[in-house]
Amino acid sequence: MRKPPTLLSLTIDIALLNLSHISDLSFLPDHVLLELFLRTLRAGKLTEKILKLFVATGKDEILSLISELNIQLILTPVLPTINIRDDEVDIVIGALHLDLTSFMEDWRAVFSRFHLIIVQDPDLKGDLKIPGGFSFDVYTKSDIESVVGSSSSSVVFSGYSCRYFGYLVSHKKYIISIDDDCTPAKDDKGELIDAVAQHITNLMTPATPFFFNTLYDPFRKGTDFVRGYPFSLRSGVQCGLSCGLWLNLADYDAPTQALKPGQRNSRFVDAVLTVPARAMLPVSGINIGFDRELVGPAMVPAFRLAKEGKFRWETVEDIWSGMCVKVICDHLGYGVKSGLPYVWRNERGNAVESLKKEWEGVKLMEEVVPFFQSMRLSQGAVTAEDCVIEMAAAVKERLEPLDPVFARASEAMVEWVKLWKVVTSRLSNFAA
Amino acid sequence: MASVSPTPVLKDELDIVIPTIRNLDFLEMWRPFFQPYHLIIVQDGDPSKTIKVPDGFDYELYNRNDINRILGPKASCISFKDSACRCFGYMVSKKKYIFTIDDDCFVAKDPSGKEINALEQHIKNLLSPSTPFFFNTLYDPYQEGADFVRGYPFSLREGVPTAVSHGLWLNIPDYDAPTQLVKPLERNTRYVDAIMTVPKGTLFPMCGMNLAFNRELIGPAMYFGLMGDGQPIGRYDDMWAGWCTKVICDHLGLGVKTGLPYIWHSKASNPFVNLKKEYKGIYWQEELIPFFQSVALPKDCATVQKCYLELSKQVKAKLGKVDDYFNKLADAMVTWIEAWDELNPSSASAEVANGPKK
Repeated sequence: MRKPPTLLSLTIDIALLNLSHISDLSFLPDHVLLELFLRTLRAGKLTEKILKLFVATGKDEILSLISELNIQLILTPVLPTINIRDDEVDIVIGALHLDLTSFMEDWRAVFSRFHLIIVQDPDLKGDLKIPGGFSFDVYTKSDIESVVGSSSSSVVFSGYSCRYFGYLVSHKKYIISIDDDCTPAKDDKGELIDAVAQHITNLMTPATPFFFNTLYDPFRKGTDFVRGYPFSLRSGVQCGLSCGLWLNLADYDAPTQALKPGQRNSRFVDAVLTVPARAMLPVSGINIGFDRELVGPAMVPAFRLAKEGKFRWETVEDIWSGMCVKVICDHLGYGVKSGLPYVWRNERGNAVESLKKEWEGVKLMEEVVPFFQSMRLSQGAVTAEDCVIEMAAAVKERLEPLDPVFARASEAMVEWVKLWKVVTSRLSNFAA
Repeated sequence: MASVSPTPVLKDELDIVIPTIRNLDFLEMWRPFFQPYHLIIVQDGDPSKTIKVPDGFDYELYNRNDINRILGPKASCISFKDSACRCFGYMVSKKKYIFTIDDDCFVAKDPSGKEINALEQHIKNLLSPSTPFFFNTLYDPYQEGADFVRGYPFSLREGVPTAVSHGLWLNIPDYDAPTQLVKPLERNTRYVDAIMTVPKGTLFPMCGMNLAFNRELIGPAMYFGLMGDGQPIGRYDDMWAGWCTKVICDHLGLGVKTGLPYIWHSKASNPFVNLKKEYKGIYWQEELIPFFQSVALPKDCATVQKCYLELSKQVKAKLGKVDDYFNKLADAMVTWIEAWDELNPSSASAEVANGPKK
């Protein structure tokens, strides 16, 4: 005759069945606890939560049994696509104002983890004021001249173009650059936006330039590729450039700014998207991030208006370099993203005053855009440097007849690539 | 540009096309927004079943018997037992604009809690220009509070006429079967407050759940293909129409917008059923996309019908070898245009104002 079950074993049966509802096992006598543990193991019910329950009792027998059996808690970390370390990033600031104190203080929480390269506009006389607590290097007119030479080079680093010097001398993989009249913005939930972290996220997740995803960035949490998106295109390509946006004062040209002096951008669009291949866009240098290794040489400080000034709407240098980067990314198979993050752009300047100078940039855009839209690079151009040289030749051939500013642009592009090669090899020799 | 004019209602110029197999209870929620408009109901499935339309709506209803009667032998191009049959509604409409919506789509709320009048937003999208030649980083420049950014050429700021307005969905997102199986609980909760033009030369997956278009500009391209009963494929009807439409819009210099408005998509279809329907499509897509990406339409194709017929020739020539289905589809595309022209005689010779863009 089978022995009837003991009261203890019946109790343990019931306990096992209800184990998930039990929050404390410390009151159990040792021998009961041990029996329960062994039965839990045999029943295959040892989950992380239940293991923690047993460990929490602190009973030696249980703990030694756990280590004898080599029971371990396995942590599954959530791995991002690529892991970007803080020391792979340089934040490049073009200083068009001497006193950077409030700018740096506003960004302290975001910037202080990273190394900063601050380049002083060579036309700006005086010493920069920078608060403590940051890791940074400052480059001034004399530093620029010692690298580039003081003889008239076609590459000019003055005004907003001073930041390109920072791109040149950095030896990090990723660069984030923000204008010195911008401060952190708040998102639609009222939380402060870490623009640097968002740019890094954009750069480290794939881009999808070959087919438009109607739910925007498919790699963002809570979203995915939609029905009809070809599976072969779902792994995406590397992102070369991340273009952020601006709340408050949007990046309008002078005519628009003058026409709508009161308009402020208050629309927070919660999206990042890849600008499709062969679609051109105006890249604003106010708030960008890029992969220096992939596209650095393509960020050319080449296009200077004759009366270029110290307000964003008196320049188009970033529009030019942005289109170079887009053509090159399209050719080399990299992506360009646009959208988040937002920065808060502060007021300054009088757009009507700038209108007097701006018309030149506006007129030239009409020639520039069709040129870039039809630009095709050869199969032999396999690096960003190769691409820039080819583009420089095309600029000289097709645009120079239209305006002398293009001749200067073409020369500057060639000069920039030379500089890039020299400086980069010098740095790598130094590092070696 | 300073003042915001009220959106024209267009109540005599727009038809709402709804395919249904069940019932139209969802119309109750839409009543305040839809009631001024005429509905075209395309009843799929068993024609002997009576679909009850809520009182107070002005509508015409077509079931399979009606489709057969009206089109005769040409009815073969209209799918059976698939929501693709909705394109019959486009063909039979006499209005300038069409808005089509699925019967499991309800009124969504924006982040402030306000109910979204999806139809009104679609009308705004269709009545303002598109900008397919240069991407504006602040999205739709014609929206209140936005504009063209620095660097945007002035010669491109007039934009082109908008042919299609593609809306999005909160709650159940429009995922394919494999994604649904992997992420059955994912819900779209992100309200992206933007409308943008899909650039020229770029294809996108056009979902038919929440879609509006200018029938006069692009109607004949909105053929939703051969799906459902007797066909090897399903759930690619709107995709097919979208690729054809985009290629033709690019050729004729018309714009396609995507983004707002959102609707609330309530019903998740069975992913296993979907997988069976989509299965072939997932493979064929890999051939279809390169085909559409490299399609070149000759300059003398200046009407939608001519473009579409040319497209059908190329489908037969290049995709017939992928599967015989595409031969049938190419023939159906021709039948569709014949039927369209029969039912819409005045538009047969109408040239699109802009003509083909270079």
